[in-house]
Amino acid sequence: MSDTRELVGWAKAAATHPRLCAGIAPVLIILLILGIASATAFAESKLAHPAWREHAIKAPGKEYPLQEIVSGLWFRTPETQAIQEDDFNNPGFFGVEEGEALWSKPEGAAGKSCASCHQDAAASMKGVGAVTPKWSDKLNKPVNLEQQINICRSEHMGAQPWAFGSNELTAMTTYVRFQSRGMPVALRVDGPMSPWLARGKALYYTRVGQLDLACASCHEKNHGKYLRADFLSQGQTNGFPVYRLRDQRLVPLHERIEGCVFDVRGTPYPPLSDDAVALELYLAWRGTGLPVETPAVRN
Amino acid sequence: MADAKPRIRLDRKEVRKGEAVEVKTLVSHVMETGLRHAADGRLIPRMIINRFTCELDGTFVFGCDLESAVSANPYFAFKFRPQRSGTLAFTWIDDEGTRIEATETVKVT
Repeated sequence: MSDTRELVGWAKAAATHPRLCAGIAPVLIILLILGIASATAFAESKLAHPAWREHAIKAPGKEYPLQEIVSGLWFRTPETQAIQEDDFNNPGFFGVEEGEALWSKPEGAAGKSCASCHQDAAASMKGVGAVTPKWSDKLNKPVNLEQQINICRSEHMGAQPWAFGSNELTAMTTYVRFQSRGMPVALRVDGPMSPWLARGKALYYTRVGQLDLACASCHEKNHGKYLRADFLSQGQTNGFPVYRLRDQRLVPLHERIEGCVFDVRGTPYPPLSDDAVALELYLAWRGTGLPVETPAVRN
Repeated sequence: MADAKPRIRLDRKEVRKGEAVEVKTLVSHVMETGLRHAADGRLIPRMIINRFTCELDGTFVFGCDLESAVSANPYFAFKFRPQRSGTLAFTWIDDEGTRIEATETVKVT
């Protein structure tokens, strides 16, 4: 009511003071336009928000930094979710198929394939993707899937290790981790692993780059909000390697981390380096209990 | 991923005459636009699937010409009403002339 009276007041003033009117009218119009624009923007933003909160699982303990754990899947649009949910549409399965073909292809001096030792991947690799990175007594450090695949190649097959980012390594990683799809992420982080978890944690909370951002700045404090056009997820790793629609191919986790660090204008951790593996370990632990989604589809 | 088999899915393989079948296809291809530059500044030549066709025993069912804006691993879905039983032949042809082929049977009762 008071608004209307005020407007009427303005109108009267405008009528009696034509010069004032000339100055006030554009301001009123602009205010009106701004009002309409902000109301529309609000309505749209409410529609565009995926209902990620509904899909949260409870953290297994108080020591977990996020008490509500949500897969990155639920931060994406319904269209992207639909591609992942239908195995036929999911282009990540081209990687699974390639990995399956490589599994039984003998390579190297020993004339062996993966299948020579591990037989049927569906049985022997089940669960592996849910518990890596895993401690290696021999190397005295944690080893992730890519590294383990290459250890097998050089030590048991007498073959050249695959380069990080090669189609073969990413496809094999995808194929192996796919065998654990649906199984909850559950890593062992006690004993010799604990200093590595601490190292990953330190990296997670360290601000890097010209933009001076830590992983936590976006993915812990601001998930569920927009960073420009990006709808920030919790940065969970349960779907990796993921088929990124942006890149139109499967992207391994360490490349994704490189991308994040590059975006904040920092110096990326080299893939498969100790830093990258420590961060992978810590990230996976933060998502304990999430089902493995490999091959996931993301934007 | 170039040698991955194309994927075909029919929502049902047996239909009554006059009923529609939904066909979905997904094929693995780089679909290089011809607009990108390699790290050394060289232009990466265009390499896309430029034609997709589907024929039922030689009769044209669906097809299209593709341009460079189509993303990698193109996905097509379409519906049609088969008039008789037969074999659907799918063909994807790329800039190098490579033909990717697949077949699927459909039964009309």
